[in-house]
Amino acid sequence: MMRILVIAEHAHGKLNISTHKTVQCAAQIAGAEIDVAVLSDDASAVASQAAQLAHVKRVFKVEHPHFAHAVASTHAVAIVELAANYSHVFAPSSTFGKDLLPRVAALLGVGQISDVMAVEDSHRFVRPIYAGNALVTIDAAKDQKLVATIRVASFQPVATTGDATIESVTISATLPGYTRFSGHSAEHNERPDLQSAARVVAGGRALGSAENFNLIYQFADQLGAAVGASRAAVDAGYAANDLQVGQTGKIIAPDLYIAVGISGAIQHLTGIKDARTIVAINKDPEAPIFDVADIGLVGDLFTVLPELAKHL
Amino acid sequence: MSKILVCIKRVIDYNVRIRVKPDGSGIVTDGVKMSINPFDEIALEEAVRLKERGIASEVIVVSLGPTETQQQLRVGLAMGADRAILIQHDTAVEPVTVARAFLKVVEQEAPLLVITGKQAIDDDNAQTGQMLAALWNRPQACFASRLEINGNSALVTREVDDGMETLEVDLPAVVTTDLRLNEPRYVKLPEIMKAKKKQLDVLMLNDMGVPVSQQFTTLKVSPPPVRQKGVLVKDAKELIDQLKLKGVLQ
Repeated sequence: MMRILVIAEHAHGKLNISTHKTVQCAAQIAGAEIDVAVLSDDASAVASQAAQLAHVKRVFKVEHPHFAHAVASTHAVAIVELAANYSHVFAPSSTFGKDLLPRVAALLGVGQISDVMAVEDSHRFVRPIYAGNALVTIDAAKDQKLVATIRVASFQPVATTGDATIESVTISATLPGYTRFSGHSAEHNERPDLQSAARVVAGGRALGSAENFNLIYQFADQLGAAVGASRAAVDAGYAANDLQVGQTGKIIAPDLYIAVGISGAIQHLTGIKDARTIVAINKDPEAPIFDVADIGLVGDLFTVLPELAKHL
Repeated sequence: MSKILVCIKRVIDYNVRIRVKPDGSGIVTDGVKMSINPFDEIALEEAVRLKERGIASEVIVVSLGPTETQQQLRVGLAMGADRAILIQHDTAVEPVTVARAFLKVVEQEAPLLVITGKQAIDDDNAQTGQMLAALWNRPQACFASRLEINGNSALVTREVDDGMETLEVDLPAVVTTDLRLNEPRYVKLPEIMKAKKKQLDVLMLNDMGVPVSQQFTTLKVSPPPVRQKGVLVKDAKELIDQLKLKGVLQ
């Protein structure tokens, strides 16, 4: 029988929705028994939320002062101990899981499948490579523990209709003290986060200057959207590095993506191809961005943007 | 003084539009431009800057790959690495095997710091740095956007989903780089010429006593679903009407 341990992601006493989605992925493995581990200095509130996730049998409260923050080198030692009786260990492919799970896999002496986007059977999965420009179907050896991170954009959250039992677990392993949490800061920004925003407006080289790039901010604010930029706009100094959308920047999947004055270099397109609706505004009718756009408008952004603002 | 080990990967250049082989066996690489993985280039740049600031005494660049990987190692040397090590192996291996091979080099060189990219842009696995840190039993600080060495420890600011996190790690440690850490320098011709004289050692993976994991089998590689061709609109008004029609705007 398949037994899957899901590592819960949480912060400030709240279970992250990425955990609901990871459980959904686990539930697609027929007949699997799913348990969730909550590592925290005070796990009660999060464990109660995890116990409500459909398909979950048991929730483990794993409490230790060292688990106050998700420090991978500390968490990994505990998870290796918890994982002993499981065939699978899953975590969301967020920065939390990406940081933690390869460390767990290596300590278990196995490899990892990153970014599972579809389950074909208990040991066969589909994942994206080349920023989603190709999909690969992988068979994993059945005689080894299967460690995987789950691409949250590919799964719907499970319902919160479950009623799992909650158990406290004590870790006997010595936790390493060589990594210490030192601080956290949220972006000092009123705008939605580029990575998770439902709407994104991005500007390219055609903006022509950092000053003109403010037009993108104004339009984004009107839409309640996050702001992104092409690599060309970043390289030209019109926009900050952290706004870069594309293969080497952020790979995003908003409901609405509006590319303004972006020609659509390959590496940019790979960053947006999972967006639900792509809008392109560009002067050049031959720009490659129009090949992927759901709605295209050939025109000068400096006349189109004010008109859009007017009609919104 | 101390060494920094930088792990790089030879990948298809980020500007190339990749093609899936018609028989689904992989990606077309024949005649395709190859480069240093961009995140590893950032790792190299950071290491070279630490040396320029007198914090490191030597930068060693290491890669695992076919013999052609020497080209990328030479670029690394031209960027400012002092010497290079190729762990030669002609077929792709799983990240845990790469980490085991790099660990051998780490044990040999005893670096103060290992820096590598947060992920390679071909397989997008984002595993090797973390696995190396685990096998080495040392701290890891992944997705770094700022790195400050203070004697026997380092402060690393990491890009996490909900903002920035700072970790203090005892050294030695493994740091993986995110995009914002730095902007890699352009390599000038004289450096490329000079790099040809620098030391590049070749080790064979099969001679290193590293267990080669074969946990995973690729069944097929396929192109992603194609997006439907969209519509062209004539003006801003029509654009907004279309968005409302699609239910994207109210």
